[in-house]
Amino acid sequence: MRQPKIIVVGGGLAGLMATIRVAEAGVPVELFSIVPVKRSHSVCAQGGINAAKNQKGEGDTTQKHFDDTIYGGDFLANQPLVKRMCEAAPGIIDLLDRMGVTFNRTPEGLLDYRRFGGTLYHRTAFAGATTGQQLLYALDEQVRRHESEGRVTKREGWTFLSAVIDEGGIGRGICAMDLRSMEVKTFPADAVIFCTGGIGAIFGRSTNSVVCTGSAQSALFQQGVDYANGEFIQVHPTAIPGEDKLRLMSESARGEGGRVWVPRNPADKRAAKSIPEAERFYFLEEWYPKYGNLVPRDIATRAIHRIVYQEKVGIGGQAAVYLDVTHIPRETLDRKLEGILEIYEKFLGVDPREEPMKVFPAMHYTMGGLWINDQDQATNVSGLYAAGECEYQYHGANRLGANSLVSCIFGGGIAGPAAVKYARNLEKGAEAVDSSVFAREQKRQEELNQALLSQQGSENPITIWKELGEIMTEHVTVTRINKNLESAHTKIKDLQARYRKINLSDRTTWSNQTLNFARELDNMLVLARVITVGALCRNESRGAHYKPDFPERDDATWLKTTRAKWVSNDIQLTYEPVDISQIPPRPRRYDAAK
Amino acid sequence: MAEGKQVIVKVKRQASPKDAARWEEFALPWRPSMNVIICLRDIAEHPVTREGKQTNPVSYDSNCLEEVCGSCAMVINGKARMACSALVDQLEQPIRIEPLSKFPVIRDLTVDRQFMFDSLKRVKAWIPIDGTYNLGEGPRVSPEVQEKAYPLSRCITCGNCLEVCPQVNENNNFMGAAIFSQVRLFNMHPTGAMHAKERIEAVMGDGGIEDCANAQNCVKACPKEIPLTESLAEINRQAWKQALFGWLVG
Repeated sequence: MRQPKIIVVGGGLAGLMATIRVAEAGVPVELFSIVPVKRSHSVCAQGGINAAKNQKGEGDTTQKHFDDTIYGGDFLANQPLVKRMCEAAPGIIDLLDRMGVTFNRTPEGLLDYRRFGGTLYHRTAFAGATTGQQLLYALDEQVRRHESEGRVTKREGWTFLSAVIDEGGIGRGICAMDLRSMEVKTFPADAVIFCTGGIGAIFGRSTNSVVCTGSAQSALFQQGVDYANGEFIQVHPTAIPGEDKLRLMSESARGEGGRVWVPRNPADKRAAKSIPEAERFYFLEEWYPKYGNLVPRDIATRAIHRIVYQEKVGIGGQAAVYLDVTHIPRETLDRKLEGILEIYEKFLGVDPREEPMKVFPAMHYTMGGLWINDQDQATNVSGLYAAGECEYQYHGANRLGANSLVSCIFGGGIAGPAAVKYARNLEKGAEAVDSSVFAREQKRQEELNQALLSQQGSENPITIWKELGEIMTEHVTVTRINKNLESAHTKIKDLQARYRKINLSDRTTWSNQTLNFARELDNMLVLARVITVGALCRNESRGAHYKPDFPERDDATWLKTTRAKWVSNDIQLTYEPVDISQIPPRPRRYDAAK
Repeated sequence: MAEGKQVIVKVKRQASPKDAARWEEFALPWRPSMNVIICLRDIAEHPVTREGKQTNPVSYDSNCLEEVCGSCAMVINGKARMACSALVDQLEQPIRIEPLSKFPVIRDLTVDRQFMFDSLKRVKAWIPIDGTYNLGEGPRVSPEVQEKAYPLSRCITCGNCLEVCPQVNENNNFMGAAIFSQVRLFNMHPTGAMHAKERIEAVMGDGGIEDCANAQNCVKACPKEIPLTESLAEINRQAWKQALFGWLVG
């Protein structure tokens, strides 16, 4: 029998889980990653991972987790995979526990659980406040074991450029670039699983890591892989502003009792701690008495924007509110939140155990992503699969905190075996594809590099990128107004025109980071337009997508998935129905119990 | 750029492993809360030296920018540390930025730390589970053990502990404190402990625990404040025990 071969692109949680599952099936797998996989962005996830284990005797069930997720996502998610994910979540926690994740424990030696946004149950397992790091390491270690036993080949320091798609429209492998030698090369495979993560860089500054550019997703989109619900962008309510990055301050700070407030009088010059209770405005608790500080992220983010921009009571008139954990015992803070408090202390030089933190919302996550089916993570191009943040299936119009880690591991866990099954059933494998198919793709990519290296222009890629980030952050995040979206779209197209005149300040052919960044920027500009156009067309408010001119959710017109296609070198939006077979839509409100 | 406060940065450049190293100096506009990464990004946007000479952007590794991915380790003003958390206002100027010296330079500030990942492979730094299928919960662990294990599991493989270790040099294959600390972590876990002997065997040969000369620089250089010297002492103890009594337990 023919031995199939699988490629996984991206070594975060989803990619590692997919890799492990393929290796376990006895199929050779090649794992591509820009960075050593242990440095993937999953390490930044802080607060925890959800599973309805009901270990606090609150009557939690996987059905309630499913309902919270669908409701939190404002009914935009297709329900079959979400249901399966919530049912699988307790088993995923058990697996991670067996892999040795240093989860926090109860006195009985069981896993401890904390509360998170959008639920009333203690459903979130955690390892201090560096849960993503701990989970990623556990999977990284398992992959290293498979690697040492010869089942996995890692190609770290390679960046994905494009898929190799044959005349029949079937994915047959990838074209990638070695970031040291800048060599462009094709790699045949019977199936490819894309786990290429988030797109934060499109917004300039975000909570995401440097590698989260969405370049791979965009390249695939321009090769015919559809992109769904791009307009749904999660802005996290609490981050530390910074010039290079907006550093996340996890929801777990509120899960452990942290409170968000501003001085009632914005001119109040006193130190936060000396402002008496009566003169503090705990706006989330006042506006949302049932969920309080643990309303979902879109709600908390809009509330903070309202405080700062409409009520004009941000701290000292600035765009900031207090996130206060100073009332929580120091011992509890060190045991459960040390990782994030340390970040605040290191980067701002202020101890958040003593002084309330100053925070503001930041772009954090894309609910939208590559279109995949609702069965087994397959895209619309045969042989190409996707899992993790780069696809769109699990979070609807807004993701609940601590659901991303579980969706990555679940999605990667089903993509692996699905790709193996597909590859085994192929009549003709990648090895039988004419070599000219690969040669053509390699030539196309080499020519793109050559053009960039040789052209003489006047534009700097970093300058264009910064402008893109400003446009996207101002007009395509929290509040969306059609005329602003239209002008943002025009401006992005102007940036595309300027991109064609870029001048690389580095024309060398060894470890040229400028060339790689320019390639990514080209793709970012396309994906930015998909997001903006999607937002422009959707005239309603749903989850993270908020239009003051259309303030209500409009199920009659807009209970549908946006599915962007690349047709004749341009974006074409199509729509398809949402699978609501399990839970009928109902109004979403967090000021009272649902 | 003449008026206004400036940040003076000196960067050690090297075009490729074959080229010689040289220094370049840059004058950047000061802003509040700058870190070394922001300096390197400024240079990338305007790659012009202080003398006005056009140059290339500096090649460097970075990813999370919040000291949890381990990418951006460099030698800054003579000290091995993470560039993202190196705040300009806390550094003496000119700020001297060099690549880690104990790893092969690829270009400028990027180095190849594959040695560390290979070492993790050598010492079998994992819990050997039977498979990812459903086998129920893991072993119970007391909060005390968890509180000991968790700090060890925060190692970001940055390489700073190797950089400052006199035993990591061209005449020695010493794996470095981070690796031994991982061995301690996995030997501490109830399932991992079943295979502790294999890991201890792996740290007894060339480059192993015997080569530690107890300089104790590692623990001071660790950005995650991991108790590395405790780990080294513990693995040394486990290795001696296995060497002395190993034949008894077979």
